[in-house]
Amino acid sequence: MTTTKEPLLKVKGLKQHFQINNNFTVKAVDGVDFVIYPGETYGLVGESGSGKSTIGRSLIRLYDPTAGEIEFDHMDISGKMNRETKDRLRTEMQMIFQDPMACLNPRKKVGEIIAQGLDIHHLYQNRTERAEKVAKMLEKVGLAPEHADRYPHQFSGGQRQRVGIARALIMNPKLVIADECISALDVSIQAQVVNLMKDLQVETGTTYLFIAHDLSMVKYISDRIGVLHLGHLVETGTTDEIFENPVHPYTQSLLSAIPRPNPQLERQRVAKGYDYKAEGVDYTKGVRHHLGGEHFVLATPEELERWTANQK
Amino acid sequence: MEKNTKEKVIEIRDLSITFETLAGNVHAIRGVNIDLFRGETLAIVGESGSGKSVTMKAAMGILAKNSQVDSGTIMYTYYRDDGTKRTVNILEMKKKSLRKHINGKRIAMIFQDPMTSLDPTMQIGKQIMEGMLWHGRANKTDAWAKAVKLLEEVGIEEPERRMKNYPHQLSGGMRQRIVIAIALACDPDLLICDEPTTALDVTIQAKILELIQRIQRERGISVIYITHDLGVVAKIADYVDVMYAGKIVEKGTVEEIFYEPRHPYTWGLLSAMPDLDTEDERLYTIPGTPPNLLHPVEGDAFAPRNQYALKIDQRAEPPMFKITDTHYAATWLLDERAPKVEMPVELRHRIDRMMKGEVKNDNN
Repeated sequence: MTTTKEPLLKVKGLKQHFQINNNFTVKAVDGVDFVIYPGETYGLVGESGSGKSTIGRSLIRLYDPTAGEIEFDHMDISGKMNRETKDRLRTEMQMIFQDPMACLNPRKKVGEIIAQGLDIHHLYQNRTERAEKVAKMLEKVGLAPEHADRYPHQFSGGQRQRVGIARALIMNPKLVIADECISALDVSIQAQVVNLMKDLQVETGTTYLFIAHDLSMVKYISDRIGVLHLGHLVETGTTDEIFENPVHPYTQSLLSAIPRPNPQLERQRVAKGYDYKAEGVDYTKGVRHHLGGEHFVLATPEELERWTANQK
Repeated sequence: MEKNTKEKVIEIRDLSITFETLAGNVHAIRGVNIDLFRGETLAIVGESGSGKSVTMKAAMGILAKNSQVDSGTIMYTYYRDDGTKRTVNILEMKKKSLRKHINGKRIAMIFQDPMTSLDPTMQIGKQIMEGMLWHGRANKTDAWAKAVKLLEEVGIEEPERRMKNYPHQLSGGMRQRIVIAIALACDPDLLICDEPTTALDVTIQAKILELIQRIQRERGISVIYITHDLGVVAKIADYVDVMYAGKIVEKGTVEEIFYEPRHPYTWGLLSAMPDLDTEDERLYTIPGTPPNLLHPVEGDAFAPRNQYALKIDQRAEPPMFKITDTHYAATWLLDERAPKVEMPVELRHRIDRMMKGEVKNDNN
């Protein structure tokens, strides 16, 4: 069914290495393939250091990818970009950052922060149009137009994250990369922001790349999920496939680590561990195996046999 | 009854704290009572700004300069090195003797952000040894040996080599383990964890929680856990205090809070937790935001966000109503004159499902 759909973003063999010194290179992302279809939410999960934020930053070209192809809306954005491509990338792909306290300039008023993208890309005819756009956006994210004249420190964490969302969405992006955008918020505020992002998606049809480590929230918002570990995409599939039938032991350990609001259950439960070395898994040897539907897992044939045998 | 058999480690009574700010006085804590018994775990839950961290900072005597304690006592009971029992009011202690006898030595704190609570210019081994040397618990060689042992205890591989590392060379989870090692260095009997896993991801969070639980079992220490994550609370706590706008609105054992919640705010918190078993399209959210404590609160602070609010909530603050010996809640809904209000249906279903799930698990 999905073969007929044209992906918005195609990532093939993306590698992002950071050379620390002559004999040590950090392979933050080491050969990752995935596609994102228009209008869907793709959740990227993994522990810290698994390279999920690095992928987000490579996609929006805050880093120069070491190798691999990134195709965004039929244009190649992996190598050197010309002016036009750069302009399109900078408007059509936007990012929401993790820390709403740190990602807003404390010296600028919220209205200025939100309109900054419009200013840079000259996306308005006159001041009134600019003010109108900002006011409309503020209302969309559940703030009042008067808030444009306030400074970031006058807002609570949840409100600040709404400003971050407004700043991203005012450019009418095709793809929004939300990098851990709810991790720093309280539970009740997290729910508000997730609901807001869902509503805005219905309204504008934007695509989200939702990077998070909180699988229970990811389950709520994502259509498809990719699980990252040590720079490799170990398993990917629709939300149901991942949650009902996780094959890779790392995915299983991630799922078992989610704390549940149920003391009786939680007391006895011990999170399933996953030791990369002890399991004897070498991600570089694994190949992508198709398990039906959208479900892929990175494994060598023997590993796949062992993991699927365990399940039954 | 059973209170007589258990020993209180910390007893906070009627604590009120005000912060002087340029905008006016902020009443961050408005009469808080907390009890903690030896060897038990208490979780304090609430949104940011509800005053949970401030309460514990007061217990450590590390409040900010612009704060002012209006009333209340914090009684802390400990054993001196020679084995005699001593109870002190932390709020009345001099800063110097507090530093010498309590902080780090008997009450240790683990802060939220391991990135900022470590000194970036100091080797981690030195940072672990610092407290031991300062409190005169060990000489340099012993301190070094103990630091290595602590690193091993908190699950760091090759501890000898790691001693010479700097914080930036370690991952977030490892840094938090270092912070725990520092907190444990002087064998405290009360550990205050201020959102120790909020900055970490789930797999590491589970490991850190299990680590703290294990250490608590092995050493028999008491733990106060400050968090907003109810999943974490379910895993580790014996007792739960739910805080809202500088007050404790509901307290009880962990089972009572999760299966028999009475306060509408607790209902909201529980409903807002994403649940892996529900297929709901939308998450429940508590409408509005917490009140600004710059302005005096009239009536129940939660009333503006409470869909079950009664008229009296606008005028008078509800007292703590007793439900069972351990379970108390501050809501007028528990008054005998109040109309009967049940918890939201969705939450009822969810709790029922949890109870059923339990039965299923037991059968396996």
